[in-house]
Amino acid sequence: MTTLSTSGPLLDVRAISLRFGKSDTNLLQGVRYSVDAGETLCIVGESGCGKSVSSLAIMGLLPAGAVTIDEADVQFRGVPLDLHDTKAMRRFRGSDIAMIFQEPMSSLNPAFRIGNQIAEAVTAHNDVTEAEADARAIEMLRRVGIPAPEQRMREYPHQLSGGMRQRVMIAMALANDPALLIADEPTTALDVTIQAQILDLIRNLQRDSGMGTIMITHDLGVVAEIADKVAVMYAGIIVEAGPAERIFNDPQHPYTIGLMSSMPKMTGPSERLSTVPGTVPTIETMPKGCRFSTRCPFAQPICATPPSEQDFGQGHRVLCHFAPLNEKLERVQ
Amino acid sequence: MTDSILDARDLTRDFMVGGSLFKAPKRLRAVDGVSLSVQAGETLAVVGESGCGKSTLARMLMRLDRPTSGEMLFERQQIDQIEGHALTALRRDMQFIFQDPFSSLNPRMSVGGLVGEPIETHMPELSAKERRAKVGTLLAQVGLRPEHADRYPHEFSGGQRQRIGIARALASGPKLIIGDEPVSALDVSVQAQVINLLADLRDELGLTLIIIAHDLAVIRHMSDRVAVMYLGRIVEEGETRQIFENPRHPYTMALLSAIPIPEYGRSRNTIALTGEMPSPMAPPKGCNFNTRCPFAREACHIDAPDLRDAGSGRGHRAACHFTEEIAQQASVTTNVASNPRSDGARDRFALYADAIAGRTRIRPQTTPTKHQEERPVERAATPSHKETLT
Ligand SMILES: Nc1ncnc2c1ncn2[C@@H]1O[C@H](COP(=O)(O)OP(=O)(O)OP(=O)(O)O)[C@@H](O)[C@H]1O
Ligand SMILES: Nc1ncnc2c1ncn2[C@@H]1O[C@H](COP(=O)(O)OP(=O)(O)OP(=O)(O)O)[C@@H](O)[C@H]1O
Ligand code: SF4
Ligand SMILES: [Mg+2]
Ligand SMILES: [Mg+2]
Repeated sequence: MTTLSTSGPLLDVRAISLRFGKSDTNLLQGVRYSVDAGETLCIVGESGCGKSVSSLAIMGLLPAGAVTIDEADVQFRGVPLDLHDTKAMRRFRGSDIAMIFQEPMSSLNPAFRIGNQIAEAVTAHNDVTEAEADARAIEMLRRVGIPAPEQRMREYPHQLSGGMRQRVMIAMALANDPALLIADEPTTALDVTIQAQILDLIRNLQRDSGMGTIMITHDLGVVAEIADKVAVMYAGIIVEAGPAERIFNDPQHPYTIGLMSSMPKMTGPSERLSTVPGTVPTIETMPKGCRFSTRCPFAQPICATPPSEQDFGQGHRVLCHFAPLNEKLERVQ
Repeated sequence: MTDSILDARDLTRDFMVGGSLFKAPKRLRAVDGVSLSVQAGETLAVVGESGCGKSTLARMLMRLDRPTSGEMLFERQQIDQIEGHALTALRRDMQFIFQDPFSSLNPRMSVGGLVGEPIETHMPELSAKERRAKVGTLLAQVGLRPEHADRYPHEFSGGQRQRIGIARALASGPKLIIGDEPVSALDVSVQAQVINLLADLRDELGLTLIIIAHDLAVIRHMSDRVAVMYLGRIVEEGETRQIFENPRHPYTMALLSAIPIPEYGRSRNTIALTGEMPSPMAPPKGCNFNTRCPFAREACHIDAPDLRDAGSGRGHRAACHFTEEIAQQASVTTNVASNPRSDGARDRFALYADAIAGRTRIRPQTTPTKHQEERPVERAATPSHKETLT
């Protein structure tokens, strides 16, 4: 399952633009990112900005009637994916591309024992006996740190704690050694020691089988730990992307800076937290120019027009009229 | 402890699991003899391993679930067995904020209906008009607008929905709010808004808060006191500063050492927890942490340690036989910030902080600096743009 093309990215999202319902404003606009084999891309961004929608689109899981895909140039191992062709997409799902969904409760079937659900994911894509599939389920539950997996696999989702359900999802996604893992907030319900264990598990799979990973998370500590590359999303647009080191040590976009300023600190006195004031515009009230302009403390008249992309080298790119802010803006004395 | 608002004594909750036609179910002890005393006006954080019983404890404290054994007192009234009117009255004083702002709100009810519902239950004497006015006030209190009352949950972002949940919790005028991971689902900027909001409400209304959270930076920021749980029991409790600066239980030490630091290239000195993770259906004999504790000795396999004074004063307690010794020997590596940011980035952060605080006004640079000649090339952001990105 891991025959990799030697050159080029594993997943290359060159452009996705889509909208919902009758809206004529794109919810996702020109979303673009790529992941190589063995690499981790983290996507961060404000709640509701389209992180989940973009990964569901890649998985071909958006409700066909509700969504209009205006642009979808996506390649997996150099082969174009037709996001409209849900049948073809289904073949990839679960074996080549696996996804850990954001809401474990809605993606586990409450009526089936968790062990059966994992085993079924294994038999769906592999020619194995029931006993082999069960053994695989137990092994995976153990690897995600579920104690007494032989007993636990006989339980129903509601009998598990939130974090255990999340780990069952992870076990299910990893059971078939996928080439690409898309993990949507996989560790939010986990304490930090188990989180560290899960991150190690993902890292090991990347090293051993060259799995590429897209991780959506709002935990910037996790991002610093695991990301090779980071894409920062705001209101359906990737406003800044680049190598993790650049995003942490040399962020350019006002939203990225606002995001990083909002983190509670582990040292020093606990002061009132800095925030990104205001709330994200709705799709109906989306500004025509820079989508961040309604909340940006630096917005100027020119921000009513869409900013063009600035390239800072090594794939570090920023969508802001005034990057770098410290050189293009000045304080009014 | 004269002004405690909520007291729990020896709370235990058992579940029977895994039974079938041919097999007797096993007993799973989710909460095992937890005692707590929450002071009026304080914020108590509960932290612990996934599956250690935090939600079960919270649900019992809220009386959404009944303890198998043990006692609970709210303002010195026994509440563990109450029902009917007494329970309704208790709900008025104690409210819950759920983790998931998406599934905890009925999608078919308008925001006004959602926030008005508890008012109707607890203040039936109010007229519809008075109720509407109160809904408006509550929405304003949580940073929403009164006209949002006519909208439905799906029209709001995650952070706004969490605010709706908070407005709903505040509607009955509670004295105590329990939040089960109230900010876990939110991104950091929205999380910061909600944390500030909870802090303001606590200060304005004198609320008592019990917060379950996994994010230790959030806990450090929000709470006055911390209780650390492991496998159904409290293994350490104390003032937030004591816990973070002077952890006295090996599990707390491991937890603190595993916090991912949001700085690039930072290597951590994690205390690895090896060994089999015990099952609450078959907890280990002696100290229940002994299967994974790097310091475990023979005594740890025989007797279960009691929660006892940790020797650093003011209610700091730990359940470990060798806490004094371990505390001396294991210096927990405190993470000192190194701040590897570039000078330019430091300027930008300062500019941002000053701008949002209204300390400075900003305008486009009028005098070009020499840097600007070396500015990166601007290009049109055409979506079809080919280049290895990110
Ligand atoms: N089926 C749908 N029809 C209409 N709008 C939708 C649909 N699915 C999602 N949306 C909207 O798309 C936007 C992006 O949602 P998405 O779930 O991708 O956000 P997110 O970035 O994952 O946020 P979070 O961090 O809260 O998970 C939201 O405003 C949401 O309301
Ligand atoms: N209704 C139930 N039936 C059977 N077992 C249950 C039930 N509810 C909880 N448990 C078990 O009780 C234990 C504690 O669960 P609880 O949900 O309180 O954990 P938690 O500390 O909140 O974990 P998390 O951080 O993952 O949310 C777990 O082993 C769980 O499987
Ligand atoms: S383009 Fe303007 S509004 Fe947008 S982020 Fe940059 S300065 Fe702010
Ligand atoms: Mg999402
Ligand atoms: Mg829980």
